[in-house]
Amino acid sequence: MAQVTREEEWSALMRAAIDGDEAAYRQLLESLSHGLRAATRRGFVQAGAAPNDVEDVVQETLLALHLKRHTWDSSQLLGPWVRAIARHKLIDALRRRGRRIEVPIDTMLDFLAAEETADDLDRQDAARLVKELRGRQQVIVRAISIEGKSIREVAENLEMNEGAVRVALHRGLKTLAAMHRKDHE
Amino acid sequence: MKTDELIAALAADTKTVSRPIDRQLWIAIAGGAIVATLIFLLGVGPRPDIAAALETPRFLYKYLLTLTLFASAVGLMLHLARPGAVPAGWLAGLAIPPVLLIASVIAEILLVPSSAWSMSLMGKNAVVCLVLIPLLSAAPLAAVMWTLRDGAPTHPMLAGAVAGLAAAGIGATLYATHCQDDSPFFVAAWYGLAIMIVTVVGAFLGARLLRW
Repeated sequence: MAQVTREEEWSALMRAAIDGDEAAYRQLLESLSHGLRAATRRGFVQAGAAPNDVEDVVQETLLALHLKRHTWDSSQLLGPWVRAIARHKLIDALRRRGRRIEVPIDTMLDFLAAEETADDLDRQDAARLVKELRGRQQVIVRAISIEGKSIREVAENLEMNEGAVRVALHRGLKTLAAMHRKDHE
Repeated sequence: MKTDELIAALAADTKTVSRPIDRQLWIAIAGGAIVATLIFLLGVGPRPDIAAALETPRFLYKYLLTLTLFASAVGLMLHLARPGAVPAGWLAGLAIPPVLLIASVIAEILLVPSSAWSMSLMGKNAVVCLVLIPLLSAAPLAAVMWTLRDGAPTHPMLAGAVAGLAAAGIGATLYATHCQDDSPFFVAAWYGLAIMIVTVVGAFLGARLLRW
C-alpha cells in the first residue's frame, strides 16, 4: 500500500512541477534519485560492469526525465514512465560501455522503494562534462548547481536579464544531456 | 557536479517545459497536411471526373484504405512518442488497412474477368503514383519527424517507420483524389509500393534522428 500512495504522491508532485512549482519539482527529483541510484547500481552489477560511473548514469537519467517530462501522460501514474526512461538509459549506458545486455524489467520494478545515497567518488565524469560546456553556459550552470545561486542572483552578477539566464541554463542542460550521449562512444 | 547540485539546476529550469508531446504531434500533422494539400492543389489537382467518381464505391474505397492507414498509424505513433512498451492493441490496428485491402483484392478477383486483370493492375499512372505519393508525404513526414525528436521514443526505428506510415496516409489520401486507377489490384501494387518507400525512409530517419 505504501508503494501505491508513494506513486500517487510522485504523480502529484510532477503535476505541480509542470505547473511551475519549483519546490515540488526539487522534492520529486531528490526522491527519485535515491531509487535510480539503487537500480542503476544493480544493473551495473548484473551486467558485470565496473560500478565506478553509476552516478554518471543517474545524472544522465535525471537529465532525461527533466528534458522529456512533457512526454508523461499526466492522466497516468508517474512511476511506469520513470521506469521506462531509467531502463532505456541504463541499457544505453551499458551498451556504450561495451555491455550488450537485456535489463530484466524487474530490476526497474522494485527500485522505487530503494534508498541509496551518493558515493563521493562516483562523479568525476560529471564534473568533467560541465567543464566542457562553453562560456556563459558553463558559468551559469556552475553557478546554479555547484554554487547554489538563484536565477536572480546569477542575473545580477552577470548583468543579464533573468529570461536570458533561464534560456542559457536550459540550453546548458540540453548540451549536458547530449554530451552524456556522446561520451563513451 | 554532485547529483544534488544537478537537481538544483534542474529545479531552476522548472518553468521551461515543452507543450505535451501529443499536442505537438497533432500540430505537426495538421501543418504537414496543410502544406501537402497546398502542393496538391497547386501542382497536382483532382481528377477531371471527380464528381462522378465520388459516387462510385471503388473510388471511395481508396479513401477508406488511406484514411484507416492514417488513423491507425497516428494512433500508434502517439504512443511510440512516449517511453515504454509498444501497445499491442495499436500495433494490431496497423493490420486493419491491409486486411481491408486484401478483402477488396479478393472481391476484384471474383468480379472482374481474368482477361482484364493485367490492365487493372498496370493502370494508367503507375509511375506517377510512385512519385507523387512520396512527394505528397514529404512535408508531413518532415514535420512529424522533427517533432518526434522532442519526444522520447524507446524504439526509434519503429517510431520512424510508423511516422512514415502516418505521413503516407496523408500523401496517399491526396493522391487518391487525383488518381484515376481505382482497381484494388492497382492500389495493392502501386499504392502499396509507394507507401512502403515512405515507410522505409521513415524507419531510416528514425533510427538516425530519434535517439535520445
